[in-house]
Amino acid sequence: MGKNKMKIAVLSGKGGAGKTMVSVNLAAACSKAVYLDCDVEEPNGYLFFKPQIVAQETVTVPIPVCDQEKCNGCRTCVEFCKFNALAYVKDKLFVFDTVCHACGGCILFCEQKALSEQERPIGKIQTGTSGNVQVVTGILDTGEESGVPIIRKILKEAIVSTSSCVVIDCPPGSGCSVMESIRDADYCVLVAEPTIFGAHNLEMVYELTKIFGKSVGVVLNKCMEGQDPSEMFCTENGLKILEKIPFDREINQLNSNGKILVRENQAYLKRFRKLLADIEKEVHL
Amino acid sequence: MKQLLILSGKGGTGKTTMAGAFIKLSNAQGYADCDVDAPNLHLLMNRSDEAKNTDYYGMPKADIDIYRCTRCGKCKSLCRFDAIEIAADGAYFVNIPACEGCGVCSVVCPDGVISMVPSISGSLKLYQEGTVFSTAQLKMGSGNSGKLVTEVKKQLLQSDRQIDFAVVDGSPGIGCPVIASMSGVDAVLIVAEPSVSGISDLERILKTAGHFHVPAMVCVNKADLNAQNTEKIEQYCMEHTIPFVGKIPFDNRVHDALNKGLSAVDVDCPAGTEINRIFGEISTRLFLKNHNNKNEFGGY
Repeated sequence: MGKNKMKIAVLSGKGGAGKTMVSVNLAAACSKAVYLDCDVEEPNGYLFFKPQIVAQETVTVPIPVCDQEKCNGCRTCVEFCKFNALAYVKDKLFVFDTVCHACGGCILFCEQKALSEQERPIGKIQTGTSGNVQVVTGILDTGEESGVPIIRKILKEAIVSTSSCVVIDCPPGSGCSVMESIRDADYCVLVAEPTIFGAHNLEMVYELTKIFGKSVGVVLNKCMEGQDPSEMFCTENGLKILEKIPFDREINQLNSNGKILVRENQAYLKRFRKLLADIEKEVHL
Repeated sequence: MKQLLILSGKGGTGKTTMAGAFIKLSNAQGYADCDVDAPNLHLLMNRSDEAKNTDYYGMPKADIDIYRCTRCGKCKSLCRFDAIEIAADGAYFVNIPACEGCGVCSVVCPDGVISMVPSISGSLKLYQEGTVFSTAQLKMGSGNSGKLVTEVKKQLLQSDRQIDFAVVDGSPGIGCPVIASMSGVDAVLIVAEPSVSGISDLERILKTAGHFHVPAMVCVNKADLNAQNTEKIEQYCMEHTIPFVGKIPFDNRVHDALNKGLSAVDVDCPAGTEINRIFGEISTRLFLKNHNNKNEFGGY
């Protein structure tokens, strides 16, 4: 297990489909793994791993500050900024921190050298261990707009030892933060639930992974009796179904209490090991 | 116009299910789906009218003229988003999804071969027959969902119809799409889930709502799946003086109804009954008395 390092991203489009459940259990089923929680708006993986925190770092973004003495009011920066993060009002330059994308353009193009950079904290990254898993959690401060810089940092710094498998727990949706999370992944696991909502969002993220040229497989979660619109989508589009997890009150009970299935029950361990092996086969196809 | 926004922090707790039911119960003259990353409300509303589609332009994207590019590397070294890459043959190109459209590269290029080109990031949809429904679909790979959310809300607000009450379905998380959806709403209903994840996410979305001074209420969906955690949520709300408006039981019939494109209150089941009661309580709080009387909402 885990002979070759591989980066698996777990995503779903729809929230609550079971991304965290699948990624936590995949990592825990691995002999040695790194679990990266990139759902920085609502990180949950650590609630299951309860890791012993060994390091914590603050994530900052460089935002411009103005030396009003040097500023001559030329407005070059205001006109350049595509994000409307700067305004010159009543002989004073204002910076709107939270809308700034930290591109650095305003500082670069200020002829008066009136602008400089200041680091502004937007969140943190915690690293810890839980048995065989190194747990890295990105946490966006509440009230902040974008977690993308945190995700970028997590993925850049993720230490990948040669025996490790990296599991990336992605945010829901299909916007900027999801794109950032899957950018470097070798394989994408799409988790879908058996509703028309689930199927519609599966279609969207499948589309997204195609744009990024990723190989994908699907885990159908919370399966019940009767029609499964997500399964139908897979069949119609020739998508590989890796696993079908039934809706089960025991799973729900363990999961809702923050327990890791594969650490509670041998049958689940066997199942997730098989899923891991199947993914490995797919990655090295 | 009174606007009720449905949020959850954690995804999949039942925002759209609640939104669909409330639209039905209130005969809302207007509603919007702000979850542009994964919109689903349209699947419940079964509109028979045609939507008016408008292309949505997000940030422009950089475009390198590879025939005139001298491969000096200045753009790549200054791009903060790692959006300029080098192909196998040495040519510089823009990784479009990574490009945030800041325009630094186009200004610093000594040969002037980088231009910023308009880029369609999604499609806005507006239904207007009878009731107004504003929604959108983000184009995959374009990001920028926060700005699109603002446009979805603008479509609803700028409608020439008289809208007294509108239901807005939000997105999961606490970041830009959520913040954008909160602007101008009268109250937020947070649909929580009785799990350790659900509790953690609830606390973060409540903090976010507080940060922007939006009044919040909480209900728990699938409450009986973990009665202990439901209890904890109720307790938490009491301690923080946040109105706790109800507990919806897990109900297979809701699942079946949704898959048929019906709302939870279209079928006779305990979950539907509780949602109906919750809606009554919220209406009272929003000063919209007696929700059974359609005229109170100016229904048609």
